[in-house]
Amino acid sequence: MTYTMTVSPDFSPDYIAGWYIFNTWLQKKTGEGIHLKLYDSFDVQRKDIIDDKIDLIFANPYEAAMLIREKGFLAIAAPADKPDEAVICVKDDSDIQTVEDLKENCTIAMADDPQVNSVGMIMLEPADLNAKNISIEKQKNYVLVAKNLINETAEAGFFLLDAYDNMSKFVKSQIRPIITSEISVIRHIFLVGPKLSNKAEDIRALLNDMHNEDKGLKILQSLGFEAWENQTQEDSEFMLDLIDTLSD
Amino acid sequence: MTKVQINYYDGSQSEKTLTDEEIPFPEGKLIVSRTDTDGIITHCNQAFVDMSGFEKDELIGQPHCVLRHPDMPSAAFKDLWDTVKDQGKKWRGYVKNLRKDGSFYWVYAVVVPNVRDGKTVGFASIRRKPSRTKINELTETYKAMLAEEKKA
Ligand SMILES: Cc1cc2nc3c(=O)[nH]c(=O)nc-3n(C[C@H](O)[C@H](O)[C@H](O)COP(=O)(O)O)c2cc1C
Repeated sequence: MTYTMTVSPDFSPDYIAGWYIFNTWLQKKTGEGIHLKLYDSFDVQRKDIIDDKIDLIFANPYEAAMLIREKGFLAIAAPADKPDEAVICVKDDSDIQTVEDLKENCTIAMADDPQVNSVGMIMLEPADLNAKNISIEKQKNYVLVAKNLINETAEAGFFLLDAYDNMSKFVKSQIRPIITSEISVIRHIFLVGPKLSNKAEDIRALLNDMHNEDKGLKILQSLGFEAWENQTQEDSEFMLDLIDTLSD
Repeated sequence: MTKVQINYYDGSQSEKTLTDEEIPFPEGKLIVSRTDTDGIITHCNQAFVDMSGFEKDELIGQPHCVLRHPDMPSAAFKDLWDTVKDQGKKWRGYVKNLRKDGSFYWVYAVVVPNVRDGKTVGFASIRRKPSRTKINELTETYKAMLAEEKKA
């Protein structure tokens, strides 16, 4: 039997090769056939999850509720020291210094990352801003969000901290962060679906140990982190409780 | 500056000198704490510790009312407990909290029951930065509620 693995569509294009190598590594270690399927949209990926076509997933935290509470996935690991934080930026020479300087009817640019957008909206609340009194400019990726700021077609933009950090010096020199979230418990997690539940503990052990092996460490670095960290069921449950309080 | 006597659940009391100094909410952070089903603090994050002015070990194991500010009406907390404990639902509200040194900070809190295997094992409060407009509104509302409670 061949299983299907997928990755949250918000992964950076720099890591595509890394995910293929990770998949090869995981197949060798588990002795299972695993096919890696990548998506460029959350909606299409979500549909395949609902149709039980996915067995392993490196998921956006926002998707974790459905995976764990409705689809019976088990969370087993998360990248160590790599929480999903959001940053709100403005154009470098903008007058805006704090979130409170943003006014009703302003335009906010964002990409298609439900977690970043949810935290971004929360960081706008102190300015009495919400989805009803701002204009939203949805972009395909964070470079285009930055372009909106540079071209002054949006007053502020939401970024995943990691995406912001990895942007070119040239782009970064033209935009300025005004606030960064420090939530720390919300992060992408690796989950195993019901068809592989009898292998979940083996996979957990493999991932937890991966950085201790030279080859494993190199693969992890090609995914942008240094080690997997164990994610207990309670870690995930609490993350879901927390996300739940942020989502309305 | 006013001195107030604070009466805790467990019968203990302490006298606090209140100041009108407001400590700003830490930008970008969430202030998180968890309690057991009786409101005894079981976990908290660093932002919670920093904002309270207490040491972590002065907080864990204590009832959550160590942060109770005398400007908060009882009805607000009754509503909180009715909502999360009796109805098993989320509670949202603005809370003025007291720090160890008598100063205060405002939060927008969402309190949720932590349900595990169908059972409520505790509650969590996730607090974020409120807008000044809301703080001003709630200051007036709570003043009126408190005046009613004192009359009764
Ligand atoms: C998860 C959770 C968090 C709470 N956080 C606070 C808080 O930050 N400040 C506060 O005054 N009361 C908080 N409460 C309510 C207290 O338990 C208590 O009801 C309140 O301080 C009023 O004290 P009293 O019940 O002794 O009148 C919280 C309760 C729960 C369940």
